[in-house]
Amino acid sequence: MIDFELTEEHLALQKTVREFCQGEVAPYIKEWDEKSHFERSVFDKMAELGLLGVCIPEQYGGAGFDYISLGLVCEELEACDTFLRVAMSVHVGLNSLSLLTWGTEEQKQKYLVPQAKGEKLATFGLTEPNAGSDVVGMRSNARRDGDDWILNGEKMWISLGDVADHFLFFCWTDAEKQKNRDHSGMSCFIVERAMPGFSSGTLHGKLGIKAGNTGYFSLQDVRVPQANMLGNEGEGFKIAMFSLENGRYTVASGATGVIRASRDASVAYANTREVQNQKIANFQLVKQKIADMEADYEMAHLLWLKCGYLKNEGKPSAKAASLAKWQATIRSEKAASMAIEVHGANGYTNDYPVERYLRNCKAAVIYEGTRDIHTIMQADWALGLKKEPKARVVLPPYQTVSKEAGA
Amino acid sequence: MKIIVLMKQVANKDAILRIGKDEKWIDESDISHQTNESDGYALEEALRLKEAKGEGEVIVCTLGAASAKTVLKDALARGADRGIHIIVNEPNKLSPFQIAKTIADAIGEESADLIFTGLQSDDASYGQTGVILAELLGIPHATIVIDLDRSSLGESLRLKRELESGWYQWFTYKLPALLTIQSGISQIRYASLKGIMAAKKKEIRDVTPGVEDYASAQKIEKVYLPLKTKQTQMLGDGDAKKGALELVEKLKTEVRVL
Repeated sequence: MIDFELTEEHLALQKTVREFCQGEVAPYIKEWDEKSHFERSVFDKMAELGLLGVCIPEQYGGAGFDYISLGLVCEELEACDTFLRVAMSVHVGLNSLSLLTWGTEEQKQKYLVPQAKGEKLATFGLTEPNAGSDVVGMRSNARRDGDDWILNGEKMWISLGDVADHFLFFCWTDAEKQKNRDHSGMSCFIVERAMPGFSSGTLHGKLGIKAGNTGYFSLQDVRVPQANMLGNEGEGFKIAMFSLENGRYTVASGATGVIRASRDASVAYANTREVQNQKIANFQLVKQKIADMEADYEMAHLLWLKCGYLKNEGKPSAKAASLAKWQATIRSEKAASMAIEVHGANGYTNDYPVERYLRNCKAAVIYEGTRDIHTIMQADWALGLKKEPKARVVLPPYQTVSKEAGA
Repeated sequence: MKIIVLMKQVANKDAILRIGKDEKWIDESDISHQTNESDGYALEEALRLKEAKGEGEVIVCTLGAASAKTVLKDALARGADRGIHIIVNEPNKLSPFQIAKTIADAIGEESADLIFTGLQSDDASYGQTGVILAELLGIPHATIVIDLDRSSLGESLRLKRELESGWYQWFTYKLPALLTIQSGISQIRYASLKGIMAAKKKEIRDVTPGVEDYASAQKIEKVYLPLKTKQTQMLGDGDAKKGALELVEKLKTEVRVL
């Protein structure tokens, strides 16, 4: 039987995140956004609640909730502001879930446990100044030196890049394969900010997500032990694709939150703003916009929920994540834009939140696979040209995770 | 030390309210609910007192329909130890006396050291349940409590009450006692994810009372929405500074947004 009901724990989680956003972020976000201020303390408070390890098993310091819970958290957070969800995307979606799946027990104890507890912030370094969608075009590399590896390279557009403690660093470990653009020559390493040769900076002048930290980091002859290689040598590309699938899931659920927030702001405004002696909610073309937002919200919500269900069950979800991410992000852009129109000239100022929604949501149309990449991927799936990737390991299904955690 | 906190489920403050067909109460069939605001502060004070003491038990109790269980579960997720659910399907048709008597019967055996309630409920706003309950249990009560001297807790507890016109009063109460707690006196904690998981294992005792046994001296004749009227007031009499002061006063005392 298909079950669309959220559990009591899901509803309680949703409520606590909503209260957290209302209490700790909503009163200040306008100012943070205006001043491009990154409020680090918000993440300490999220850590206290257990949000930074929401779907990580209790045995690894997490809260032991399921993957749908991760989506719920992301939807709630981004309904408040995108910078909150972005942190969940990189910290949990792209990094922690990859450690949980591909990491050795030693790596999990050393890196995953403090991340799940929120003692350390983590992010993901794949994109480079000249290599975004073209992953194999990256230049970062590692060379073996005895039992260690020497890492070099520069990563760009990294969320939390200038503040995170732990990084996944993707690079070539086989120069010959790099020449042939053969992605089986790529590997992944866990890097710490404190390692000699690490440096980072913050990027400025962004259109949106101004309350978030987006940066770059550079590794110059950073020496890491073999024990810091995530997965096997040559598995970097597979890990990157695995990570992106989870990242896309968080982006999809987050963008769904933008649609909801756009709808809610529009409904509230339409019910109070009076023109020609009546509320603008009475005008059919305003209703049209609200109806479109409602439909888009429900569709986007169902798409990410299906993806979360597949993850809970341990079933392949790359296609579902791509579809959910693609549709939610483009519809969030549409919803935010329409919400501004419902608000009229008021929507064009930061006295109302909807202009922030529009500025914020644009990035997600581009990252974690652009709109164009997902369009092509979905067509290729439909045409039978693309299949769910086969990997040595898969994300642990929720049931198994719970049993292992003794829940 | 045992503290019982009385918590009520009320209509969500953002819900669009409609009068029920019998005109005796609002139609609650299609609205969302929330915990009565001041009850949330009562729970927070109880949890802080227990933490300060380093031991004890916080028991949350609600009287309401099946849906009211969410109020208890929410309180358990925030840190309460166990719950008592007095199941009554239409609690808002009961008088404060009926409610207090039913609760007195359900919690009497617990012999609590302290009972906390919110100052009043956000729907019926009687503000009497706690006071009558204290009388029925034969214990002293303090209303509109805005601060507790947690370090004073022993055989008695020192507390601060809000009086009128900005006056306050410190009192020391011998335990057991009942306190009705004012809203907005602290920062209510969030339910942590650990708390939400732990709440699943906490006990909620269901009580099915015979409330009809307690005669009520009052009944609701009719519930209706106040007529909306618009009124324009000119402030300050042409003096901007005076107008600003008057506006601040009105925002504080009439609109109560400051």
